[in-house]
Amino acid sequence: MTEVFFTGNRAAAEAAKLVRTQVVAAYPITPQTSAVEYISQFINNGELKANMIRVESEHSALSAVVGASIVGARTFTASSSQGLQLMSEGLYFASGMRLPLVMAIANRTLSMPVNIWADHQDSMVNRDSGWMQIYCANAQEVFDNILQAYKIAEEVLMPAMVCYDGFIVSHVAERMEIIDQEQTDMFLPEPDLTKRPLMDPKNPLQFGEVVYPDWYPDYEYKKHKALLDSPKAIMDVGREYGELFGRSYGMVENYKTDDAEIVFMGLGSLTSTTQWVVNDLRDCGSKVGLSKIRVFRPFPDKEIVEACKNAKVIAVIDRDIGYGTSGMLFPDVTRALYPLASRPKCLNFIIGLGGKDITPETIKNIHETCEKALEGKEVETVNWPDARKYD
Amino acid sequence: MGKTKIKDLTDEEYLHHGSLACAGCGALLAFRHALKALGPNTITINSTGCMAVIMQMGVPKVPHFHVLFENGPAVMSGVEQALDIMGKRGDTNLLVVVGDGGTADIGMGSLSGAVERGHDFIYLCYDNESYMNTGGQRSGTTPFGAATTTTPVGSVVKGETRPMEMRKDVPEIMIAHGAPYVATASIGYPLDLIDKVKKAATVRGPSYVHVFASCPAGWRSDAKDSVKLAKLAVQTGLIVLFEHENGERTFQHLPKKRKPLREYLELQGRFKHLLDDEDATRELEDYVEGKFKAIEG
Ligand SMILES: Cc1ncc(C[n+]2csc(CCOP(=O)(O)OP(=O)(O)O)c2C)c(N)n1
Ligand code: SF4
Ligand SMILES: [Mg+2]
Repeated sequence: MTEVFFTGNRAAAEAAKLVRTQVVAAYPITPQTSAVEYISQFINNGELKANMIRVESEHSALSAVVGASIVGARTFTASSSQGLQLMSEGLYFASGMRLPLVMAIANRTLSMPVNIWADHQDSMVNRDSGWMQIYCANAQEVFDNILQAYKIAEEVLMPAMVCYDGFIVSHVAERMEIIDQEQTDMFLPEPDLTKRPLMDPKNPLQFGEVVYPDWYPDYEYKKHKALLDSPKAIMDVGREYGELFGRSYGMVENYKTDDAEIVFMGLGSLTSTTQWVVNDLRDCGSKVGLSKIRVFRPFPDKEIVEACKNAKVIAVIDRDIGYGTSGMLFPDVTRALYPLASRPKCLNFIIGLGGKDITPETIKNIHETCEKALEGKEVETVNWPDARKYD
Repeated sequence: MGKTKIKDLTDEEYLHHGSLACAGCGALLAFRHALKALGPNTITINSTGCMAVIMQMGVPKVPHFHVLFENGPAVMSGVEQALDIMGKRGDTNLLVVVGDGGTADIGMGSLSGAVERGHDFIYLCYDNESYMNTGGQRSGTTPFGAATTTTPVGSVVKGETRPMEMRKDVPEIMIAHGAPYVATASIGYPLDLIDKVKKAATVRGPSYVHVFASCPAGWRSDAKDSVKLAKLAVQTGLIVLFEHENGERTFQHLPKKRKPLREYLELQGRFKHLLDDEDATRELEDYVEGKFKAIEG
């Protein structure tokens, strides 16, 4: 274990090196770029024995790691924003092939208008592509989650995205701990290639078959089931990681939610700010808590219900927007809570789009609206506290 | 390398019988011959198109991966780099098979990238001059005048209007990339095709083989005429067979005396409307004339 001062991108690159990635394919896009530049340097320094494919597009980046994986290599790729959108066709291709790919996403919004800063639009619009999605609040979590993502993906045979906010996490250096090669090898042995079919002339198989309507739902169900069952692997790996290296992980981190009347929920770095505000509000006597969602796909229904057991108002914070409806985290939370006999009031707050700074004041503003709802006053369901209003 | 003779050909087939291909499918023949040239130690990547569909339900006897429409070369880049780093490449041939649409149009970026990076693989484009899997729409290689479902014969516009000179000439594009081996072939000349695929396999780096492959369904021709048409395309001079290696180009089956284009056109429904349109047939004849002038110097 070594203490270091790394950015999120450097932490991602370090993790990709420690897992002994064999093939890396990526295409530059802000704010992901430096992650891949670090890996290029590791390879050219002889620190990592891997082949780097400097592809001509993100579509090809994902396609290339699919090719590498289908002959048995452990792979890494990373992207952001427009790049992830260009991959979108390949996301379904990869998950449908049940390949244990791991991809780092330095979250950035989608054009137009042009904006290179953080929000979750890019990964959220791809939330139903069959990839697991793990969100990180800081560089330490980026490192820990990428290491774990390999173990989880290779266990459940579904690909995983590890998402972290562009610039806020990708480019800010923080004090964190990394584990060494020996520890990594112990935690993550070489992949068991007997677990899945590979392309091999000694055992010729056919991949990418047509499936007709009678059987198609069965295949879809199997993918769905693989994700539904994956929390077991996610929890086991998170626990083991904790036992070995001192930081354990689950699906959701519930903070002071036990007796909370108001529960904030969100993904990524905004949860750190929110946690700070929760402490502040608690000091002032407000019963508030935070549900920091680490794993968004598969969706952690059980943990969300647990977090809301005494809550009267839930503030679902989305750093993304489904135009014409609500944020994209919101419907999943309300769906998870719907079967409950008595449900808390669920409010949605769209904040921090395109890198708009999420300050403690933004969260306190959300809290005020929640207090109003708690008092039984009328409030909007979907709120935009940090946008100017024109109506 | 010596020229392959019929008696040298293996009796082994690497495609099972009973594929979903139309009778007389030239694309299927192109793949069949290519696999005879390469043998069983071959990994195949096949972009979406007719070939990927007719290979379904276990037709190939070699590993076969039907990928997306535009990403065959990118997937193969990953296969090649993975086998290399894992020390598993050995003598395995890596073959990418894609139609003209997947090559000249939607997959051009992926092909260009993989060739520029210099991956060691063979790319076989079977050119039936249209998007057949989706029912015969026009592609970047559709010849002037040809009727397709998106360039139909109407009362005002009749067939494809883009001149022959502007067709996307993928072999030339590959030569411009500096690909170490580029060849054109036709299913009408299977031994030549086999020689070229064999040569492609011995070359280090990317090699590109562009195979003219008749399609009775799209061309509205008789299944029995598929091989004949693939020969006529060469004999009339519409298609020129060549190899390009080390900066040198050699020609194969170059006709000394070209057959009249009409013999080729009249066997295909897609050209029927051209037969009594002198201007249109002249455009095709001028194209052939110009090409041969350049070749013969
Ligand atoms: C991204 C994408 N766009 C469109 C299609 C639909 N599509 C499938 S095959 C095909 C045409 C294939 O043409 P070609 O490459 O010439 O092969 P052929 O069918 O002629 O064998 C099209 C348009 C697709 N599968 N994927
Ligand atoms: S439509 Fe053409 S290319 Fe497709 S299977 Fe039939 S003959 Fe072959
Ligand atoms: Mg075609």
